Amino acid sequence: MAVANEIILPAARLAALENRDTLRFAMCGSVDDGKSTLLGRLLAESGVVPDDRLAQMIRDSRKHGTCGGAPDYALLLDGLEAEREQGITIDVAWRYFGTDKRAFIVADCPGHAQYTRNMASGASSAELGVVLVDARAGVQTQTRRHTAILAMFGLRHVLFAVNKLDLIDYNHARYHAIEQECVKLAHDLGIAGADAIPVSAINADNLVTRSANTPWYTGKPLLEYLETVQVERKVEEAFSLPVQWVNRPDHKFRGYAGFIAGGRVAPGNEVVVLPSGRLSRIAKVIGGDRELESAEAGQAVTVTLTDQIDVARGDVIADPALPPEVAAQFACHLLWLDDSTLLPGRRYLMKLATRVIGAQVTEIKHRVDPDTQAHLAATRLVANEIGYCNLSLDAEIAYRPYKEDRRLGGFILIDRESNATVGCGTLDFGLRRDSNVHWQQLDVDREARAKVKGQAPRCLWFTGLSGAGKSTIANLVERRLLADGFHTILLDGDNVRHGLNRDLGFTDADRVENIRRVAEVAKLMMDAGLIVLVSFISPFRAERQMARDLIGEGGFMEVFVDAPLAVCEGRDVKGLYAKARAGKIENFTGIGSPYEAPESPEVHLHSDQESAADSATRVVKLLVS
Amino acid sequence: MSVTRLHTHLDRLEAESIRIMRETVAECKKPVLLYSVGKDSSVLLHLLLKAFYPARPPLPIMHVDTLWEFRETIEFRDRVVREKNLDLIVHTNQNGVRQGLNPLVDASKFIYAMKTEALKQALAEHGFDAAIGGARRDEEQSRAKERVFSLRGAGQRWEPRKQRPEPWGLYNTRLGPGETLRVFPISDWTELDVWLYIRREGIGLVPLYFAAERPTFVRNGALLVRDDERVPLEPGEKPIAKTVRFRTLGGWPLTACIESDAADLDAIIAEMVDTRQSERAGRIIDLDPADSMERKKREGYF
Repeated sequence: MAVANEIILPAARLAALENRDTLRFAMCGSVDDGKSTLLGRLLAESGVVPDDRLAQMIRDSRKHGTCGGAPDYALLLDGLEAEREQGITIDVAWRYFGTDKRAFIVADCPGHAQYTRNMASGASSAELGVVLVDARAGVQTQTRRHTAILAMFGLRHVLFAVNKLDLIDYNHARYHAIEQECVKLAHDLGIAGADAIPVSAINADNLVTRSANTPWYTGKPLLEYLETVQVERKVEEAFSLPVQWVNRPDHKFRGYAGFIAGGRVAPGNEVVVLPSGRLSRIAKVIGGDRELESAEAGQAVTVTLTDQIDVARGDVIADPALPPEVAAQFACHLLWLDDSTLLPGRRYLMKLATRVIGAQVTEIKHRVDPDTQAHLAATRLVANEIGYCNLSLDAEIAYRPYKEDRRLGGFILIDRESNATVGCGTLDFGLRRDSNVHWQQLDVDREARAKVKGQAPRCLWFTGLSGAGKSTIANLVERRLLADGFHTILLDGDNVRHGLNRDLGFTDADRVENIRRVAEVAKLMMDAGLIVLVSFISPFRAERQMARDLIGEGGFMEVFVDAPLAVCEGRDVKGLYAKARAGKIENFTGIGSPYEAPESPEVHLHSDQESAADSATRVVKLLVS
Repeated sequence: MSVTRLHTHLDRLEAESIRIMRETVAECKKPVLLYSVGKDSSVLLHLLLKAFYPARPPLPIMHVDTLWEFRETIEFRDRVVREKNLDLIVHTNQNGVRQGLNPLVDASKFIYAMKTEALKQALAEHGFDAAIGGARRDEEQSRAKERVFSLRGAGQRWEPRKQRPEPWGLYNTRLGPGETLRVFPISDWTELDVWLYIRREGIGLVPLYFAAERPTFVRNGALLVRDDERVPLEPGEKPIAKTVRFRTLGGWPLTACIESDAADLDAIIAEMVDTRQSERAGRIIDLDPADSMERKKREGYF
């Protein structure tokens, strides 16, 4: 070993290294997208992998490699014994590399089935998401899922690395089509900043230098992109400091230590302590062992106040002009992480910023389909599922909606028995409206009222196109029931729109509200002990599901009055189809707005094949059986 | 009074590390900071003092002494403890001492007894529920998936599959019977970050990190500095004075040095930016199969 000649780094380069900034990014892709190869190659090409690690990789390539003994760059990344043996990646791995311009912290997210929960840690702190796309396959289900999760965690920038370009012969047209598809996907999910780069990890095309194989690509190679991309670090502008630790070395000093979540603070600033609402002023701002003139979001400081007021860990010291909100009940997105099931009503612990508090999910509004983003009914959540839920805490806390502030809007749920971190979520908004309305316990209930009438309350929900025969059949059913001594009520779409819902139009949002109100009214009438017949087009599956959830599985009977659009249009009793065709009615179901047929209704009637009287007989039979 | 600078990478790393230390002290019953006297530990100690200023650190620091440390290491440790007015606990595995284990005869048995076993003993003896350490994820492959708050089961064992997700840096510190935490505040730092920070903050280090002429000899291909007379030279081995320094510090017979002229921080950083050897290549204990660190961790090593 020869004595190394002394290497001198120019002062400018040292200064650059000391003053470089950070980019935290999450890298996502399926097993076959070549993510590990790309990242391994990027590390190797940027010169941060030492020779002994490269040598070990080449040795390991012969033993475990997937490149027929040739250097398998993916092996630079595989960490655990178990995953090498099983050929899977079981957890987020953290990678570090850098250039003179930027230091990179990479959350390397696994791509297999347990993707979602393992992406949580990586995506939550990332400023950029890098999604791998296989050029042969284009946008896949996995691509959609990964991008949707990045969107849920509030990422504003996504880069699609379209890999394996060599396998499509560097075809520009094909790449261009994928790029368009990717950018549209990101925009559809609410991610404004979307870019794409054509790469081949195996051949190092467009990783560090622009490749001669893609003369049509004029953008930056990957590394340069990462060095220069401007990510907006969304930080709330108003000051807030979640108190982490109360520093009391002696009776003379009482400081509040914490990490500034938003804004800027300086001595003399007026502050409010939440949730108590007490006011005071900042006396000193201390960073490290020095007093500062001011400090801002992202700094760990200790502040003192001019007044002796009660402040504890978990409180938030904030700007009184724009303080965080205070609430105990929330609507939130919740990603379930644990193999045990989320049960509404079960008591968990929630940790948000520095506050730990008892919490329960009071209601799962819906579950989100990871592929289509459709809302599905759910009464529980299992691992990797995302639900939209109501959350109720033991006491009020200070918070901000997640989309405004990650640090005051992101939380975890902890199981009190197993102590595991079982879920993580993002607060959407506080449910203050409900906080003063409590349930009144009534002595006479639905069962008692129904018993007097000698019947079981039900809701018959007739759905179908306009002109399919819903009202005709519902009317016949009600007449039969009444004749047999049942107590009923019929809620007809047109009639309700003349009264209760006359403020609603036919936009999608108004249709949803229309159905919500009718479902609530139907429920009240069932509480009165009645058999309720609802005759509404109710074109959307999700809203019929909402009605079903609200009313309860046992009491809800979906009656699908089915007739082909052409038949309904031919009947056109009210002349509406003609108007819609003439463009005089917007959003008419079947013409300008879709009808989503039920998938498994309790009763499926074909009004073009049997008479209304026969249909009514079938419904009554089923009801009284 | 000083004005806040725009946040650089080092600023962000520092703030996050301080946050992690405060979280440990706020939530754990009886934490301790493990101080190995090396450069990462020196950074950790510096961060600890900043995190709790003007209070003294509200937790003790602990050094696991294998009794084969460099003399300069121990001198430096005692000076730092005196100057910073710290509570230091020194622990040595007396069973290992009685067995008379020699690091050059049986390195892995020595490491297990004097480091892994010693650490477990000390944590159990004092009832510490959280031990803050200076491990970094970039050090070794199996550390890449380590959590900041690493849950250890009964017997201090690390179960890779039972680790808790840490979204938004929200750490769950709840423990069941027999469970403890290892906390790694500088997880996200690289070796280069550590050196740049030491330079920026003017943190003092054991002089062994800087190049100087030292008495060296070669055994099993590793260049060692003979720090005392306990290890007799074998036939053919002769001490040679060479200008060397250490990139990482451990017990002296187990830590190889490198030939280098880098006698100050600027030169060390320059060498590092240019170097092609990984940091732990100097650790004789790590030269075994690629997964040896993972195995050691499962046994309770840091």
